[in-house]
Amino acid sequence: MFNEHIFDYLRTDKLPHIWCPGCAHGIIVGSLLRSIEKLKLDKNKIAVLSGIGCSGRTPGYLDMNTLHTTHGRSLTFATGIKMAKPELTVIDVMGDGDAVAIGGNHFIHACRRNIDIKAIIFNNNIYGMTGGQYSPTTPINYYASTAPYGNVEPSFDIVKLATGAGASFVARADAYHIALLDNVMEKALSHKGFSVVEVMATCPTQFGRRNKMKEPYQMLDFVAERAVSLKKWQEMSEEEKKGKFPIGIFVDEQRDEYVETYEKNVIEKAKRGEK
Amino acid sequence: MPNIELMSGNDAVVKAAIMSGCKFYGGYPITPSSEIAEGMAKELPKVGGKFIQMEDEIGGIGAAIGASLTGVKSMTATSGPGFSLKQEHIGFAVMGEIPIVIVNVMRGGPSTGMPTYPSQGDVMQARWGTHGDHQIIALTPCSVQETFKLTFEAFNLSEMYRTPVILLTDEIIAHMREKVILDEAKNYKIIDRVKPSVQSEQYKPFDNKYGLVPPLASYGEGYRFHITGLTHDETGFPTSNPNTVEKLQERLRDKILKNRKNFDWYEERMVEDAEIIVVAYGSVARSAMRAIKDARRENIKAGLFRPITLWPFNYERIKKLSKKCKKFLVAEMNLGQIVGEVERGACGVKTKVDFLGRANGEFITPTEILSKIREVMNV
Repeated sequence: MFNEHIFDYLRTDKLPHIWCPGCAHGIIVGSLLRSIEKLKLDKNKIAVLSGIGCSGRTPGYLDMNTLHTTHGRSLTFATGIKMAKPELTVIDVMGDGDAVAIGGNHFIHACRRNIDIKAIIFNNNIYGMTGGQYSPTTPINYYASTAPYGNVEPSFDIVKLATGAGASFVARADAYHIALLDNVMEKALSHKGFSVVEVMATCPTQFGRRNKMKEPYQMLDFVAERAVSLKKWQEMSEEEKKGKFPIGIFVDEQRDEYVETYEKNVIEKAKRGEK
Repeated sequence: MPNIELMSGNDAVVKAAIMSGCKFYGGYPITPSSEIAEGMAKELPKVGGKFIQMEDEIGGIGAAIGASLTGVKSMTATSGPGFSLKQEHIGFAVMGEIPIVIVNVMRGGPSTGMPTYPSQGDVMQARWGTHGDHQIIALTPCSVQETFKLTFEAFNLSEMYRTPVILLTDEIIAHMREKVILDEAKNYKIIDRVKPSVQSEQYKPFDNKYGLVPPLASYGEGYRFHITGLTHDETGFPTSNPNTVEKLQERLRDKILKNRKNFDWYEERMVEDAEIIVVAYGSVARSAMRAIKDARRENIKAGLFRPITLWPFNYERIKKLSKKCKKFLVAEMNLGQIVGEVERGACGVKTKVDFLGRANGEFITPTEILSKIREVMNV
């Protein structure tokens, strides 16, 4: 799994990173870089964006065109970049708070437009950097600094949300099943259209400590034990599905990509003087 | 035959933006600025540019900032409530030093207020709307022709100083139709941002070696740089070192204030012997111009000071004028915003500052200003 060539894509002088011991973010970034390297993408032609929080620090470590934007709004900047320079591969790294709380509106509309942006969601079910507050993906009854009696809010299913909103590639992977993560990441990067990869991540510091999983391995087990392959999932009863989630590729379709469509249907018509 | 068109202020923004080389518009519909979005949706693709109607106001400016980083001139337009929503990203463009033009067509507020009525209630929001210490450039036209001109200047200033520039119009200027001499544009400069001349390895996006405004590379051209909204050093990476942060804050301030003489625009009429100087900007300045002429006919020595660059405010000019005249009368469509700045400028002198303003959606007429002139001059 280790690939020394990924260092070509890192700003090694910015390491070590700020993430806590046991954090899964490094695992996800490693997978992203292996996929980029495997596809031999030109780092001069990759733009990586992020919002705010622990995942937000990702672009700073990558030797590419990088933008650390505002909380939840990275997809709007990514939209402008992709439209103005379509030859760039645009990768948007978001946390669960970025993607489906404060940035939920941008997320569903980017899915709907099917603009060619790769949205990688680091879902650790918590607001890590701000101190462990519950997020829209914190499971019910789990504890957070703002849910001292246990969380009472139902969670978003990001895969269903993205599918319903119209993304043409939707996958879920996790920080434990690395072969699947790499596979999904590579497919997302190769896909033309809005690509969503939700990666179930871990946060021993803020989530684990409050939920009797303070050791990193406990948190990884927590992810691994709940993850079920899509094939197996389809054969499970509703009772068996409780507390678990499917992993795999849920949507992989070729649909008209937004910027290409704009260029073909708007710019060409406007230049010809048609309506 | 000169090339003359009858157009609204919003149309003039569109015309000038395209002529300035704007290639990207991100926005959201809002009265009374929507004609700018509609015009850009129609005109941009004709020149190979791109328009997007985003899901909200925040998205509109976010997309414009993103596009700007690829090297294209970008803009957004909005009004009151939308301007409030855009504030966080205005601050991001200040901190990231990303050129962008924001048109705010002022309407009655607060909140939803009076969407189709004029106001000048966003003057202080333009100045201090985004959080944190910062400098901002805001320009206020008083005619459609001037809207046309200042749109060019807004793009130029944003590119020259790597900063967001606000074109602050109001509902009257935006919807009023006047003739615009398009040939005037032949006299306007079109300025593009300075790009780096160094190799990519040596490039630092916030390098102070080049003076107050560092060159800005474009994404995708081999420079691979980083921009963050966090305080950062000259390489663009986060730091909270007090000395580094202080240098950054000072440069961000100085690049606007020390260059202010390059865009310190104002108009004065009959101020030389004036005993009372009316201070007015935007559409209200039109009433003020008529009012001072009428006052002169009544042998009241009245003059006009019309700031065109509203921010940074020209306190020095007010100070100079205050030594000549006895009174200032500030007329604005709000309950008192620029009047406070005039008081700051006139601080320490005996010149009294009077105020005429309201925020009920009614335009301030020449007659009202004239009456107020008579009143404060005890005529």
